[in-house]
Amino acid sequence: MMSRQIRRIGVVLALMLVALLVNITVIQVVLARDYRERPGNQRLLLAEYDRERGPILVGANPAARSVETGNTLRYLRTYDEGPLYAPITGFYSLIYGATGLERTENRVLTGKSDLFFVDRISQLFAGRQPVGGAVTTTIDTAAQVAAFRGLKGKVGAVVAIEPATGRILASAQSPSFDPNLLTSQDPETIRAYYEELKADPAKPLLNRPIVALNPPGSTFKLVTAAAALASGLYTPDSILPGPASYRLPLSTSELNNWNRKECGPDGKVTLEQALAISCNTAFAWLGVQLGDVALRKQAELMGFDTSFQIPLKAATSRFPAELDEPQTALSAIGQFDVRATAMQMAMVGAAIGNNGVTMRPYLVQEVRGPDLAILQTTEPTKFAAAMTPLNAAQLTEMMVNVVENGTGSNAKISGVRVAGKTGTAETDNERPAVAWFVAFAPAQSPKVAVAVVIEESGATEISGNGLAAPIAREVIRAILR
Amino acid sequence: MSMSDLQTLRRQPSRRGTELLLLSCAWALGVLGTLQIGWATGEGTPSRLWVTVAVVGVIALVMHLVVRWKARYADPILLPVATLLTILGLVMIYRIDVAAASRAEGNNAPPPTPDVYAQLTWFAIAVVLFVAVLILVQDHRRLQRYTYSFGLLGLLLLVLPLAPIIGTTVNGATLWVRIGGFSFQPAEAAKILLTLFFAGYLVVKRDSLALVRTRFLGLGFPQVRDLGPLVIAWVVSLGVLVFERDLGTSLLFFGLFITMLYIATQRRSWLILGSIFFAVGAYLAYQLFEHVHNRVTVWLDPWAYADTTGYQIVQSLYGFAGGGIMGAGLGQGFPNFVPFANTDFIVAAIGEELGLTGMFALLLLYAVLVERGLRTAVSVRDSFGQLLAAGLSITLALQVFVIVGGVTRLIPLTGLTTPFLSYGGSSLVANWVIIALLIRVSDRARRPEVHQIDADDALTQVVRRV
Repeated sequence: MMSRQIRRIGVVLALMLVALLVNITVIQVVLARDYRERPGNQRLLLAEYDRERGPILVGANPAARSVETGNTLRYLRTYDEGPLYAPITGFYSLIYGATGLERTENRVLTGKSDLFFVDRISQLFAGRQPVGGAVTTTIDTAAQVAAFRGLKGKVGAVVAIEPATGRILASAQSPSFDPNLLTSQDPETIRAYYEELKADPAKPLLNRPIVALNPPGSTFKLVTAAAALASGLYTPDSILPGPASYRLPLSTSELNNWNRKECGPDGKVTLEQALAISCNTAFAWLGVQLGDVALRKQAELMGFDTSFQIPLKAATSRFPAELDEPQTALSAIGQFDVRATAMQMAMVGAAIGNNGVTMRPYLVQEVRGPDLAILQTTEPTKFAAAMTPLNAAQLTEMMVNVVENGTGSNAKISGVRVAGKTGTAETDNERPAVAWFVAFAPAQSPKVAVAVVIEESGATEISGNGLAAPIAREVIRAILR
Repeated sequence: MSMSDLQTLRRQPSRRGTELLLLSCAWALGVLGTLQIGWATGEGTPSRLWVTVAVVGVIALVMHLVVRWKARYADPILLPVATLLTILGLVMIYRIDVAAASRAEGNNAPPPTPDVYAQLTWFAIAVVLFVAVLILVQDHRRLQRYTYSFGLLGLLLLVLPLAPIIGTTVNGATLWVRIGGFSFQPAEAAKILLTLFFAGYLVVKRDSLALVRTRFLGLGFPQVRDLGPLVIAWVVSLGVLVFERDLGTSLLFFGLFITMLYIATQRRSWLILGSIFFAVGAYLAYQLFEHVHNRVTVWLDPWAYADTTGYQIVQSLYGFAGGGIMGAGLGQGFPNFVPFANTDFIVAAIGEELGLTGMFALLLLYAVLVERGLRTAVSVRDSFGQLLAAGLSITLALQVFVIVGGVTRLIPLTGLTTPFLSYGGSSLVANWVIIALLIRVSDRARRPEVHQIDADDALTQVVRRV
């Protein structure tokens, strides 16, 4: 008799249940992220600091590690040489997330990677927190220190690569930052420091070695020279016109040599000599003869127009498409819209030194389990055959000549044949010119290829040889020592 | 008894085997949960695990055997679900004990007394009452004789915390009674006694209360003289709210009365009148009483009071958010960040460690319990049984809604225990008595027809005598 009323009440109670379920879903799914990140919420902080995060190793030493604190926040992420390795480790902040290897290798470091499948099964049954694995980098401590020291007081970046493998031996930048201050246990410290870094016009948070794009200037002449040799029409001894100034085709603009002089007697110069003295007019002319298609093909074989993940995502260096002749002339000397990262120019040097073979660059050597057993090793992979071995050998000799008899004198190391190329690139009138140096050594079987880019130094005279070559020399020395 | 009756009797399954199987599952879940907490928190296998587990197992078995003996045809779902909820409560209370102990260790403070063994003792006491109800109350209809005694006793218990000396105020609410070293919340017992009273009273008075004297907006409204009971219920509710500052009990009590009144009279007008009374009461309380006003203010913007009056609810929300969909895992959250984690806010601990998944499972368990109760109400023949089963189910449902809605900020927070889960003896014992009564009524509802013919005659006589 009263069944109908009871059923109706049942319906109302069911609706109340639905209201509870919807509300709880909204909290635990939709709003959860916002709630977790609210300033007063200690849970995230505690959960993160409650488990040991795996180390990022440089050689046998940790660049980043979790240190037991003994207080409620059990572990603290510590970077023993924070600014030195910042472009590699990145930071791991509870407020601002993670960057660098801390971000890309997060699953390994937290122990959540599929590589730890067996460990995770036992943890699942035990209901335990996963223990983090270790990431070993390809970085060479000595090279990294040399690069970092050389950059001191300047704005710029250094990348060193092992030509035969593509292993990144150094990746340094200036200005850098101290990731320790972003992993602090005090949220206010983190916020204040982060705001300070963001406000800095020199952009210390930018991963300069792999992300900052600059016109490569005369260092791009290596690509143009490689394209010339690949065409079969030119040898190092070919005679090119090298006047004091070159009128760009189809225009009234004049392109000058840096010293406004002819590159050789009667305005003629060999290809080898043109590279040695960095003759703009000869290379601009050469670029026009080869055409933008051949230049772009050569550039792309050396890594331009490809996005690399090392596993950090590098900016794509580019050689612009569909150029007219004056644009081709400017691009051939690394101006106009050609843009390259330091890593890209190190790859150009490495490819020439490695018998013309471009290797894929990489930063992670090994992944180790919590018990330090090696779970994964990165194998070197070939990216492209950019040059024939013969052409590569010829270009190498031309580059040795640059250092021994040409513009790259500051890269000389006694007893070692160093192959190199200087560069100075105009960006815009607002900023000073960018100084470059690309080198590898020993020339015959190089152990290291290095690219140095200096965006700002405070120096009045800006040249690749003056600002960048000495840093490259010290990095090479550090590797060869 | 004819042949066909005998066949019906044989075909009617008692489902006691199903009940035993489900009980075993509930018990096994409890064992696994406890072990997981031990492993996850690094405590290892809890020291007294096997004793505890054995005690719970024996308790469950005893309840099952008593039901088999005294209420053979009872609904087989009620007992296992209530047992599972109680076990889940024990597991979470143990979990919070572990968290409190490790926190004390971190602060170099002496370890706090664990609550789980006290709760286990209460469970045992609850079972004694459960068994007593099933044995003493062979037929629920006999309870109707004591309608006014129950009513008087219920009212007395409701105001008991206000009595001098024995009444105690805890955290601003006066809802405890302390006699000697023994304290309890009389409102928990009052809730059952008043449900019994409402059922008995309404069965008798429903005809006059259903009488339509005025028509308004197409609905029949009762005459003013019959508003008496509603006004009394309203005044008592407000009294509880004002003098004992117990918002939850007040809400529960009034909501229960209105719904039972509606069921008994089958008049929607009572719901409308009840809602109007409720709205007026709520408005007055909001305007006049600071503690009610505060609750609403905090409900509207807890973040503004995150460090003061809104601390509990904000921490509760953080707990739920931390749990996300799958939960942090038993033993891997921070349930003790929420004050009163093992009483009012035990649901927040479950939300954090078992996640949305666990919350859905939990709320559906309650839904199943309430649904079985309402099903019993619909299928039992006598009106008193119908009202009683419906009232008891609604009590459970409202209580869950008010407390879960409160800690998840669906409605303003009011202090109520979470049935079966919360640490606290009065609540656990009272809720087990509710289950015993529901089992008793459902046994009658599901019993094969043959037995019921003469019993129904008896009912008619009883009603006439009252």
